[in-house]
Order: sequence, then structure tokens, then C-alpha cells
Amino acid sequence: MNRGPDEPMKARIELTVNGERREALVPVHKTLLEVLREDLDLTGTKHGCELGECGTCTVLVDGEPVLSCLALPAELEGREILTVEGLAQGGRLHPLQRAFAELGAAQCGYCTPGILLVARALLEATPVPTREQVRVALAGNICRCTGYTKILDAVELAALRMAGRTPVATAAAGSAR
Amino acid sequence: MNKHEFSVIGQPLPKIDAWAKVTGETRYADDLVLPRMAHARLLRSPHAHARIAAIDTSRAAALPGVYAVITGADLPPVKFGILPVSQDEEALCREKVRMVGDAVAAVAALDEETAERACELVEVTYEPLPALMSIEESLAHPEVRIHEYGDGPNVHKSVALQFGDVEAAFAAADLVREDVFFYEGNTHLPLEQHAAVAHWGPDDKLTLWSSTQTPHYVHRLLAKILAVPAAHVRVIAAPVGGGFGGKLDPFAHEIAACQLSRLCGRPVKIALTREEVFYVHRGRHPVLMWLKTGFTRAGDITGSHLRTWLDGGAYGSYGVASTFYTGAINPVTYKMPVYKFEGARIFTNKPPCGPKRGHGTPQPRFALECQIDRAAEQLGLDPADLRRRIVAEPYTKTANHLTVTTIGLGECLDRVVEASGWREKWRGWNAPPRGRGPVRRGVGIACSSYMTGAGSAVYWNNMPHSGVVLRADRGGGVAILCGATDIGQGSDSILAYLPAEVLGIDPKDVRVHPADTDLTPVDLGSYSSRVTLMCGVAAIQAATRLREVLFQAVAAKLEVDPSRLVARDRKVGVPDDWDRALTFAQAVELGEAMHGVLAFAGSYAPPKRAGKYKGGGVGPSPCYSYSACVVELSVDEDTGMVELHDVWLAHDVGRALNPLLVEGQVEGSVYMGIGEALMEEQVFRKHVHKTPSMLEYKSPTTLETPAIHTILVETDDPEGPFGAKEAGQGPLLPVMPAIANAIYDAVGVRIDEVPITSEKVLRALDLKRQGKPARVGPEKLPLFTFKTPLVVESAFGQPADAITRRPFA
Repeated sequence: MNRGPDEPMKARIELTVNGERREALVPVHKTLLEVLREDLDLTGTKHGCELGECGTCTVLVDGEPVLSCLALPAELEGREILTVEGLAQGGRLHPLQRAFAELGAAQCGYCTPGILLVARALLEATPVPTREQVRVALAGNICRCTGYTKILDAVELAALRMAGRTPVATAAAGSAR
Repeated sequence: MNKHEFSVIGQPLPKIDAWAKVTGETRYADDLVLPRMAHARLLRSPHAHARIAAIDTSRAAALPGVYAVITGADLPPVKFGILPVSQDEEALCREKVRMVGDAVAAVAALDEETAERACELVEVTYEPLPALMSIEESLAHPEVRIHEYGDGPNVHKSVALQFGDVEAAFAAADLVREDVFFYEGNTHLPLEQHAAVAHWGPDDKLTLWSSTQTPHYVHRLLAKILAVPAAHVRVIAAPVGGGFGGKLDPFAHEIAACQLSRLCGRPVKIALTREEVFYVHRGRHPVLMWLKTGFTRAGDITGSHLRTWLDGGAYGSYGVASTFYTGAINPVTYKMPVYKFEGARIFTNKPPCGPKRGHGTPQPRFALECQIDRAAEQLGLDPADLRRRIVAEPYTKTANHLTVTTIGLGECLDRVVEASGWREKWRGWNAPPRGRGPVRRGVGIACSSYMTGAGSAVYWNNMPHSGVVLRADRGGGVAILCGATDIGQGSDSILAYLPAEVLGIDPKDVRVHPADTDLTPVDLGSYSSRVTLMCGVAAIQAATRLREVLFQAVAAKLEVDPSRLVARDRKVGVPDDWDRALTFAQAVELGEAMHGVLAFAGSYAPPKRAGKYKGGGVGPSPCYSYSACVVELSVDEDTGMVELHDVWLAHDVGRALNPLLVEGQVEGSVYMGIGEALMEEQVFRKHVHKTPSMLEYKSPTTLETPAIHTILVETDDPEGPFGAKEAGQGPLLPVMPAIANAIYDAVGVRIDEVPITSEKVLRALDLKRQGKPARVGPEKLPLFTFKTPLVVESAFGQPADAITRRPFA
């Protein structure tokens, strides 16, 4: 079908997502969020506002949290993009994923991918954060289900496990709190 | 049954869908993609109230990339609504719009941007009408009618019920208080914006995937709205990314997507923007309340009289139920021998209000608990002790004829008093201030109760409210089919845990297939805290039926009496001869050889306990949960800022089927209550939403959410599955009044409306300094005459109706 004269200009972009090189031919104004979800089939990244207000669509770019609804892929060529689909390595869940599942930190689960990625960035920089540091790191991610409590618990549990400071217990560890 | 006898129940297990959710694999409605799929947008009204003179879609239809453009003229001329008594909505308005955001046209195109551009090319000629933006305006202008039906001009519903002689009760009281409160409206704000994919296939059958909490009601209503046989409509609820009551109605976008798919011969996806979600709303009603209660010197309630005025917005939605709910639940908590309730829901030209977590009950709860606090002060009583004294009696009826079974509120109160250090921290009325400089510390307490599932469906019928089909596989797996909709609360997991417990298998052996009207028996939906109890009892029934058959087959094989068999650890056998136990899979094979295909149904309908008076159908529930809450906070007298430190919440959940999930519901409820208490408000500037974005609509982040201490109290209710009651809504209710009462304890000001913003706290502190009554709250009531009340004898104190006598049991 023919498009009108105002057909948007398209550009071929090359992105490194979850360690893989991916190409897409997309209108230049398309956001990273849209390209991930619509062109690269990475629907694990969610959207809550498309205005940079809720944190839901957060991905990591070179390890730093970025709101994918405000990022233009054309500016991210050559950078390392990590989405929730890239958190597990070789079929093994990231400790954050395991802790979130075991402690019930994901209720509806819609904000979970964004929060997991912010938490991962936090733990890279601060391996065993205080609860207050976790709170501050996650202050830009809204969750309407959990009251944040089990999310904070899960980040702390994952941090301790990654630091080798706690027995690798399962869900029972969460209920003892 | 004692806790240690369970293998699955009571364990803090991960939800069965947790793994998909932490890996991004869960496919919500907007994640679905079908071949040749078109994308749709709605054109919405910029006017709050206007006649539609003409709509010209020709330019939109001519835009390249547009597949179909529809208006109300392209849909059957049928009005609809979730409640049979309020059929007042149109997917695309034909003659008139009643709010900013009413949909008037819809476009399907090759992509969302093209659809959006085409919407801009639709030319609508409006003739504006006066917009009525408040209860006062709507009552003052009967000549302007938002709807032509109702209990008076712009009055959607007016109710008046009296149980016993309330004037005599006040005459017998030592203290009678009259107070006025206002509860501002607020919205659900789910992270997932509503989305749907419709596919009208070449076989002329329709499938709709949607982020809905009520696939069954959507199924019924789609058939009516689109004038097609319900047998040819299939509704599948995708995993819901947050509901809280906001996805309980059939919506314009769902209906438009279906009709567009029919016309353009392609699947059609539609996803709402965040701004649209604010206008779709169906959230908390703004409610103005007048409450008069009589107390004895000791703190007993002699009687209570409540009036509520609800600002309903532009459509009925669940509003008739909401109106009744503002009056139904207060008598469930405390001994309240005499009760009168008058309520009215008024139409305004704003987005319609409806059910939000706690549906109609947080508002009167706020009023009652704040008033009890004042009464305690006047009577010189500890507000915790006063409440402890007046807790309702288990297994009795309330004044308004509700049957109450177990009540763990006394224990809840004791536990929060103990855990919070109430005895040390609450230092009496008018104690010298606690804290340094301008920052004062205070504690407050409140209680609540809530229903575990509505006793009636939204349309009258005698069928089950929830059904399960269970099929055992020769491999030892079990499939569960149930219409229940997981909105994050974990209903899919409950449907795995309970059969696993009954059958002695691991929850991982159970696959749950939910919420598909073609495949699953009806469950009415995820609302009124009904799902765990209702689908849970149905699942137990189905699993028990399978177990009986397996036991027969295994008993024959082992040559023992079936009554000696148990099922545990994926085996079936005699406990003292466990070496000969058969594996569950072997038991299934024997069972299938003996009985044929192993598929069993379970059904649940609540006991029929509706009060024998008109309006008695709203409020009855199989059982009620109870909560007690203590809040500790600081108030800065210079800024009016309220900082929460700790919230202790004890909840009588009957039995915690999975304590992790129950804690999650309590924590989420407390969080949402904090938002309502301190910041959330759905308010309007002129005719438009004042804050239709997640940045401007304030909601608590990690920084505003304090430590939440959850205490679970178990009462083993005979109505619930393994004794369980609800947990998803009740724990929200006491949070707002506990905060208001703690603010009074901290700085001696009464804020009689939510949200309690720092501006209101400062205003009250100013009044206090000027020696005026230190109160901020509503100053006047609407001019409105309630109808003559229906007078019914109070059923207070009568013994409860028979327990567990229910249909299909």
C-alpha cells in the first residue's frame, strides 16, 4: 500500500541487544521501547506511560538504567543494551530473578522487568546496598501491587546471595521475615 | 485440620507464574501479535456535555493506510452497562457525549500513527450543553439532564434503609456525635494500560483477548452489544497487569476493536494511552458523608445513622452497587444494634466512578473510624480499648441482616497493639507533644471488615459463581480449567495449590488454564474478593471427586477399603503399608481403566443469605475478613508534611493458604491506602482531568512507603477453602482513618477529608493557632431530600444462618 507524502523517514539501525547484533529498518522517530517491542520481538519490556514517568520501560544501556520510551535507537548504536530477556544467562536465572520469584515480589508482574534491571544496575555499583540505598535506586519505578516491601526484600536477598553471605535457601527464607 | 497436616497449604511457595513474570515471558494483551493485525485508535470527545450534530468520516476513511472507520451508526443501537439496572453506555456515542473522553469514532489502520492521524481527520460537529461538574451543580440544575433515567433529575440512585429505631437509640446514648466527612475520588492507576486484540474470523466467530478482570461479563455483553450469538463469541482474559477494579466493565475500546475487525477482515489491536486510562476511570467515588452515632459512657454504640452522597460521574457502571456498599459494611465490624442508611448517587459530566479496591466501603470506614476516635476522646477512653470492647460477635447477624461467621478482630487488635508498642506510644488524650522542634510524632488506630465475595452475581441467576473442570492425565499431571482471572493476586496459583493439596501431588504437576470463555467454566471475575474462596471451593470439590475415583481404583488393586487410603508425596496408599503405595500416575491409569476419562467438575455458589428486604442483596457474603491497623508518623508543623514511619496491620484471613501471597495483598493494600490517605486524587480543572499523567497524579514511590509490618490471624472459617477468607481489599480500609487519627495524636488537628495534603494540615494548624476549631473538612451538605426509608426490624444479635448450606455443595 502506498503511503502518503508525509511518510516518515526510515533509517537502518544496528543495535547490540542482550549480546546479539540486531538490525531494523525503522522510522527515525521511533523510540527504543517501540523498536524493542515491535521490531525485535522483545515484548518483555513493558510500557506504562510513554512519557518517562513510571519507570516501567527501563532497560540498561552500557549498564545504566535508561527509560526506553524516551530513548532514540539511532543514538544508541554501538552501545550494549540489556533487556529483561537478557538477564538470565545460559538458561540460569539471575539471582534477582530467582529472589523476585521466590519472595512474591512480582504480583501482576508488569513493572517487574524495569525494576529488575534497575536493581541489577544498583547491585553492579553497590554489591550489598542498604535498604535505604535500594529505596532510592527504585524510587523512579512505580509499582501498584506490592507496596514495594517484597521487592526491597528480594533485592536484598539477591545481593546477599551474590555476595555469598547467605545460605542458598528457597522461598522459606522470605516467609521468615 | 491442623496446620502441620497440610503439605501445600500454608507454605510460602512461589506463584506458579512467577518464573514467567521475572523473565518477561508473560504475554499481556498488548504483547499479542497476530498476522495481518491492524491497529486501532478511538476519537474521544473534547466536550464534557454536548449534542453530536454531525460526524463526517470521509476524510479519515480516505487516508492511505486506513482500513475502517466507524461511528456509533455502525454499531447496533444498543445501550449497555455492567449492571442490568444501568444500561446507559454506548461504545461510540450517537447523539450526545456526557464527558470529556467519551468515544465517538474509531479507526483501524496499518499502524497506530496512521490510525491516530485518521482520528484527527474525523470531523465532529458538537453543540455544547451546560456541563455539570459537581453534586451541587447537578442537583441545582434539574433542567439539564445528563441521563433520562434514575431516581430524579441527575439522581442515578437514591436508597434509604432503616433497621430499628435510630432516634430511640440516640435518646438512650450518653454521647451523640454528628460529623461530616469527605473522601475525594481517586483512580486505580494500574501499570498496564488497557489493551485488547479482536479477531473476527472468516467463520464469522469472534475472539477477543483483553486485559479484563471479568471475561464472563464481557462475553455476555459483547454478544448483546454486537447483536451476535454469545455462542460465537470467545473472550480470553490475558494476564492482567494490574486491575484493582479498573478493568471490570466492558469498554468502548474492546467493542470498537471487535467491530473494526469484523469490517476490515483482520485482527485489530487497540491499546489505550495513559491519559485515556485516566478518563476510562471507574475508580473511587468522591463521597460526602454525614454520620451520627450514639455511644454509651463505656463506649458501646447504641445506634448509627449514615448519609452518603456519591459523585458518580457520567455513567452508571457499578454505581448502584457502590451506593449500597457505602451503607452495607459498617455494621459488620462492631456491635451496632440499630442502623439507618441513606445514600444517593448523582450523575456529573466527569468520567464514571465504579469499583476500586474496597468498593464503596473505604469512604464510610474513614468516617466511622475517625468518629470513634473523637468519641473515645470525649469519653476519655483509649481508642484501642474502646474498639476491643465493641467488636462484633461471631456467628450472629448484623442490624442489616448480614450473617457473620468467624471474627478475628479482637485478636487482630491485640496483636497490633502489642507489635506497635501502642501502650507506650499512645500517651492519652491531650498528652504533651512527642518529638523535637516542629516535628511531632503520633500514633493512630483503626479497624475494618470486608466481604469475601459478593453473595449475588451482577445479573440474577441460580447458576454457580465459579466452576472448575479438572482432568487427570495418565502421566500424573492434572489440568485445571477455570474462568478465574489472575490479576496478579495469584488466582492461577491458588487453583494449583488446592487440588495439589487434595491429591497429594506437587503444585508443579498442575497446569492451570484460566479465563477462556470457550474452554473454562464460568467464574464471575476478579472482584469483590471472591476468587480464592469461590474458585477454591470449586477446585477442592473437583479434586475430591477425582480422589474418590482414584481411591476406588487403588483400593481394588491393593484389596483394601478406600477409606484407609491417603494421597501424599505423589502416591496413593495405606499409611501403615506405604511400601505398597502406588504412584499418583499409576493411580490415574487404574482410575481411567475403571471409570473412563478422568474429568471432574466442581461448582460453587454462595449460601443464599440475602436480607429479605429490597436492597438486601448487596452486602451478604460467605464470610468477612477483619483488619486492625496502627500507624506511627511525624507531622512537621512548619510545612504540614506528613512522614509515615511504620504501619502495623493485623489481618484475619481465616487461613493463609500461602502466607507470602497474603502478605503481598496486605502490603499492597496498605500501600494503596497510604496513597489515598495522603496524595491521590482524581480531580478536574474546568471540564478536564487536572492530572492525567503518572507524573502529575501523585502516587507513593518507594520513598513514601514506610515499613509495613504484617500480622496474619487465622480463624479457620467454615465457609472458606481450608478455612480461608479474603485478603485483597480489607487491609486497605483501616489505613486512611488510622493515618488521620495519628495526625490528630501528633499535632491535635482533625482533617476530615482525604487526601490529607500538607496544605490542609497547615490550614488546620493555622486555625488551631487562632483558637478556632482545628479542623479541615467539608462545611456544608447538599440540599437533597432522601426518600422515605424502608423500615426493617434490626436483625442484630440473631444467630447466624446455617453454615455451609449452599447450592452444589
